[in-house]
This record gives sequence, structure tokens and C-alpha cells, in this order.
Amino acid sequence: MTKFIDLTLNGISTGAIYAAVALALCLIWRATRIVNFAQGAMLMITTYIASAVINSTGSYVIGLVVALAAGLVLGAVIERVVIRPVENAPPLNAVIVALGLYTFLIAFAGMIWGATPRAFPAAFSIRGYEIGGTRVLFAPNDTFIVLVVVAVALGLAVLFRATPLGLQMRAAAFKPEVAQLLGVRVGRMFTLGWALAALTGAIAGILVAPSIFLAPNNFDPILISGFVAAVLGGLDSPPGAVLGGLILGLALSYVSGYEGSALAPLAALVILVLVLMVRPGGLFSATAERRV
Amino acid sequence: MIAVRQSTLLRSLAIVVAAALILLLLSGELSAYRQLQLAEGTYFFAVLAGLTMLIGLSGQVSLGHGAFLCVGAYTVSLLIADEGWALAPAIAAAVVVSCLIGLPVGAAASRLRGPYLAGATLAFAVGLPALGDKFPSLFDGENGLTINPPAVPSWLGANFSLEHWQAWIGCVGGLIVLFVLLNLYRSGLGRSFRAVRDDEIAAALCGLRVGRMQTLAFVISAGCAGLGGGIYAAVLNLATPSAFSLTLSLSLLTGAVVGGLGSLTGAVWGAALLVLLPNWSNDIAHSLSLSGNVSDNLPQAIYGVVLIVVMLAWPSGLQGGVRALVGSARARWGGNGGNEAKRIESPEGGGEK
Repeated sequence: MTKFIDLTLNGISTGAIYAAVALALCLIWRATRIVNFAQGAMLMITTYIASAVINSTGSYVIGLVVALAAGLVLGAVIERVVIRPVENAPPLNAVIVALGLYTFLIAFAGMIWGATPRAFPAAFSIRGYEIGGTRVLFAPNDTFIVLVVVAVALGLAVLFRATPLGLQMRAAAFKPEVAQLLGVRVGRMFTLGWALAALTGAIAGILVAPSIFLAPNNFDPILISGFVAAVLGGLDSPPGAVLGGLILGLALSYVSGYEGSALAPLAALVILVLVLMVRPGGLFSATAERRV
Repeated sequence: MIAVRQSTLLRSLAIVVAAALILLLLSGELSAYRQLQLAEGTYFFAVLAGLTMLIGLSGQVSLGHGAFLCVGAYTVSLLIADEGWALAPAIAAAVVVSCLIGLPVGAAASRLRGPYLAGATLAFAVGLPALGDKFPSLFDGENGLTINPPAVPSWLGANFSLEHWQAWIGCVGGLIVLFVLLNLYRSGLGRSFRAVRDDEIAAALCGLRVGRMQTLAFVISAGCAGLGGGIYAAVLNLATPSAFSLTLSLSLLTGAVVGGLGSLTGAVWGAALLVLLPNWSNDIAHSLSLSGNVSDNLPQAIYGVVLIVVMLAWPSGLQGGVRALVGSARARWGGNGGNEAKRIESPEGGGEK
């Protein structure tokens, strides 16, 4: 029973991180209909920046703020420079550009920071809480992770549902031409979508880094899980991304805990296929109308 | 000549024979290293041709074809190492096994579209090689399976090198794929695939079973990848789970798109790119004599930049770029290329919209 509780708690905190990455992918999908395979590399870069700032200033908060700012800038620059030209090309072109970007950013990080993994500080203690004399696999830092991700998800929900800016972003994603006619700066909204996604990704990177160490390729599994989570929930739906992240986090935690971690990728495949067979557009998909 | 023009079968046969002659002459002139590269190129071509057919002709995307390459390579390795099969029947068995595994995957895939299909096939590419770790007794876990290199037949003479023979094996496999797909592109089935790609509902109204067509396209392309996997085992003599990572699947997709989707000539460009580009960028990086970290990572950086630049410069891939060049050359110097330009879809030209 203790093991079950441990695995559940562990699943919730990893699920929260998957949810954050899934949210980032979902933001970009909603804005520009592109699956951003460079997301993992982008959040790797911002986490390295955070690490460098924390090391030189000694302050976690300054590192966090700088990384978030760097995320915003990185996302906006990438959208403007390399993504804008392929937004109207066949959809796979953007995927290849994202893959090229991923390869380039990984190599770039390797050039500057080398391949040796580095430790990354956690915001709070990573010693589990003690409940009734037994230590559970859930530490103050995990509480921090869950709270931050919940805050990000709520913040995005408020932005999209309750502000004029969010309405413009939704309009630009839904019908670009019409939105443009009504005075929405569609291009700017796309850039903003990418910037926000990179910001969300930067948060996910900083949250996950203490438990996986910092190295150019270490964030790839997080991206894959995040993508599976986003697809699970339905790429169009932020609540779906959060739910997908939680489901995947819990499921992978149980499978790794009871059956060994070698089966985790296979379990992800089985869950994804089962969900998509019942709902081909993800859990939160709207019923699509098809016309001849 | 007229017969060759009108009969798809004769036409593809003529193309395959011509390609075989060129490869036969070419493979004798190459150094052992280049022969090995040619052999590598052939298994990439086999997978890319199937993948480009799937994406360009049938309109489905797959991020998981590395897994079928894995299935093919493991089938051949197991049959040769444990059962003592000869290479040719083992590769044939690899095609069958890949098709059989492709069937449920394709059936599942036919329900999915766009990013959801991409996600499911991606999970497949990540999940399947994990089986190798789960059943170490059968697949030898992380170490993978090693087989003896294929024996060079004695009738080729004592001086005939192993690399030369491996290049021939690869070329035969690649030509088989080329022949099958050339015919498929011009067959009724190929036209049905195109109809389904362009408009599913209209195709269904014409009596085509959309799901079945998509599953069939997936199975055929899985079979091509399985054959590629068989060649892979014959050339590298090794199958390990880590060789069939997601990176491999993604670079296959890259080869197909950068080569030019839907075009078999594009698959040749893509295969050449996958074999040569890492080598070239390595050479460039090492000729610059830079410091450790920079020169270690420069090849990868160049690779990434080339992908981005090609996609920005030629949105329809290298084959699209070549076609545009040829087209503008024709327009400038006149000539009687009019008929060619008017042909809407040819297998080499590709069926991409």
C-alpha cells in the first residue's frame, strides 16, 4: 500500500511536468498548427541559461526570471526567423524545420556547455515529507512543481478566456483571414503564441532539471512524454494537455514501479493507442464536422 | 518503344534494368568504403521509397518507420543466427513479418489523422525497441544480435570483396522496391491511394474503402522498410535496440521530406543525403581544427542548419528544386519538353500536390 501511495505521488509530480510540456506544445499547435519538436531543445537551452545565472549570482529567483525572459525571446525569435516562412508550406516542412532546429540547438549547447551532465539546484528540499513515521516519495519540491504547473495552467486559462488579448489569439488561430480583417495582428499573435509556449517550456525545464541532471540530450524523453500527453488529451485543448500529462505520469509511474522501467515506453504506446482508438482526436476533442 | 511507353510493367522493367546496369558499372569503380556507403544508401532508399509512397501518395505520415527497419533487421538476424537460414529467404521472411506487424499498426493508423497519427507512430517507434530489453533471452538485450557477414559466392572470383558483394545485395533489394513501387504508382491501386489522399469523402462515395486503402498503403510501406531492415542486417551484421532509436525514425522522415515527398527520385536524393551529409559535415568540422567541444558538435550543427535551409529554399524538397531548375532551363532554351511538363503525375516526378 505504501508503494502504491508512493507511486501515485511520484506520478502526480512527473505528470505535472509532462502537463507543462504538453501545454507548451498545445499553445504552439493552437497558434500555428505546428507540432514543435524543437520544444525539448528550446527548454534545454533556457535551463542551461538558468543554471549559468544561478551559478554566477547564487540566486535561484534571478536564474528563474532570466530563464523565463530568455524563453520569451527565444520563442519569439524562432517563430519570426525560421517558422514564419514555412507557416504556409506543406505541414511536414514545419516539422522538418523544427527537427533541424532541435539538432542545431542540441549541438549549440554541446559547443558552449559540453556534454558532461551537471547538477541543477532544486527550489526546495527534495527530502520526502514524513507522515506518521514513514517517509513518502513526495517532497516540498514536488509540492512546488505541482503548484507552479497549476498556476501556469490557470494563468493560461485566464489569459485565453478572460482577456481581450486571449480572445485575439484564439481568433487568429481559429480563422486567420477573418481575424485579420477585424484588425487582429495575426502575425503578432502567432509570435506571442510561440513566446508563451517557450516560456511554459522554460518553466517545465527548470522544474524537471533537478531530477534528471542537465545535459544537451537529457530532455528528449520529457519532450516525447509531453507530446504523447498532448496527443492523449487532444492537441487543441489546454485542459486536455493537463489531464493527458497527469494520466501519463501516473500510468508510467505505476508501470515502472511494478513492472520495471523497460516497459514504460511500451505502456505509453498501449495507453495512447487505446485512447486514440476510442477518441481519434484525443480525450478533449470536439466532434469534427466533415464536408464534401 | 511504343510498347514500353504504354505498358507500365515494361516501362518499370526498363527503368529498373537501366538502373541495375548503372549500379553494376558504378559499384565496380568505387573504393571499398564507397561500396559500403552505397550498400547503406540502398537500405535507406528501400525505407524512404516506402515512406515517401505512404506520405506522398497515400497522405499518411509515419514517425515510426525506424521500428519496421528494426523488425526487418531482427527477423533476418534471428533466422540466420538461430535457424541457419540463407540470406535471401530470411530477407523475404523479414518482409512478411514487417507486413504482418504493419497490418494492425496500419489499421489503427487509418483511424487517425495529422498530429494524432504522428503521435501514435512516434510512440510505436519508441515502444517497439523496448521489447528487445524486455525479452533479453530472445533478442540478447542491449547487446543485440550479431550475424556472420554474407559469404561472397565463389563464382565471382577470389578478388571480389565483401563490400562489393554487400553493395550488390543492397542494390538488388533496392531495385526490387523500385520495381514494385514504380508499378504501384501507375496502377489502379496507386490511383485509388491518390483519390483517398485528395478527398476521403469523395473517394468513399466512389466506392473506395478508405480505411482499407490506408491500411494497405501502410502495410506496403512497412514491407519496404522490412526489406530495408533485412539489407541493414546483411550490411552491418548487427542489430541492437539502440540502433533503432527515435532519432533514426525522425531522420527517415527527414530524408523523405527533404528528398521530395511522393517522388521515388526524391527517395534517392534522401538516401544520399542520409548517408553523405553526416560524413561531409564531419569532414568539414575536422578540417577546421577547432577546439574539442566545438568540433565535436559542429557536424550536428551543420546537419541541423542544412535541414532548415533546404526546407526554406525548396519547400517541395530537393527533387522539387531539381524539377524547378529543369523547368526554368526548358523555358529558357525552348525545346520540346512541353509534353513532359504537362504530365500531371509521374512516378519519378511525384504525386505531391
